[in-house]
Amino acid sequence: MKCSKFLNELNDFLDGSLDSSLKAELEEHLTWCHNCHVVCNTTKKTIEIYRENQVYELPDTLRVKLQTAIISKCKSSKSKD
Amino acid sequence: MGTIQTNVTGDTGEDLALVQAAREGDIGAFEQLLKRYDRNVFRIANHITQNREDAEDVVQDAFLKAYQKLDQFQGNSKFYTWLVRIAVNEALMKLRKRKASKTVSIDEDVETDDGFVPREVTDWSPNPEQLYKQAELSDILEKTIQGLPSGFRTVFVLRDVEGLSTEETADALGLSIPAVKSRLLRARLQLRERLSRHFKKKKSNGDNAQ
Repeated sequence: MKCSKFLNELNDFLDGSLDSSLKAELEEHLTWCHNCHVVCNTTKKTIEIYRENQVYELPDTLRVKLQTAIISKCKSSKSKD
Repeated sequence: MGTIQTNVTGDTGEDLALVQAAREGDIGAFEQLLKRYDRNVFRIANHITQNREDAEDVVQDAFLKAYQKLDQFQGNSKFYTWLVRIAVNEALMKLRKRKASKTVSIDEDVETDDGFVPREVTDWSPNPEQLYKQAELSDILEKTIQGLPSGFRTVFVLRDVEGLSTEETADALGLSIPAVKSRLLRARLQLRERLSRHFKKKKSNGDNAQ
């Protein structure tokens, strides 16, 4: 397997959606190809870091303010029906 | 190597029961849906608009629209996916207003091969998050993802951060499944490349240049 093919299958490999024979081919490639090994590991880590450290968290005070405003708008939109 | 676990969002069956109750006039049921998903919608809106005030407006407009159109929710997709689709549209409308003279779409800037071939192949430190304080880390992550073309960024956020499936992401963005897959791969690889600058192992000869 060439590195370009490995890269093309990387998404499905990381998402665990490859069939077992293709998965085995990719795993074999990883045993000897240092570059793909690093790319695979660090891509996985990239996704995990973005999941575990959410950017743009909604602060609690703003959250309560928005919720109150939304429910009040919903109520008044209902009464106009 | 373990695979990536999908983020779990609210229970689909429970959501449907809440939607049904809200349709019958139970505003408390809708409030529960709001509390379940307002943070997700806020994050998605921020990623698309890159403007906090716009994101606040999008949260309000998207939930109000969802409430008004609850009768049109078919139940053949998840409530969350349906809500995300509304929020994405509201966010894109905000962007268009802001850049009145420019056509804005999620197809912007994606016709490029940049970042597909990995250049940086130095491994990362074992726990890269611990190299930085939380505030610094947040800043790095925010600036890095802001640098992606919006068409890649939005796919990455919906698919990898907010836990939508490939099909649901395609549905929410009006893209084909192959387009979502191709953009997701490029987004992941470009983010990896850019984060490597911050997270890679320092060379042992004392070269700390980043």
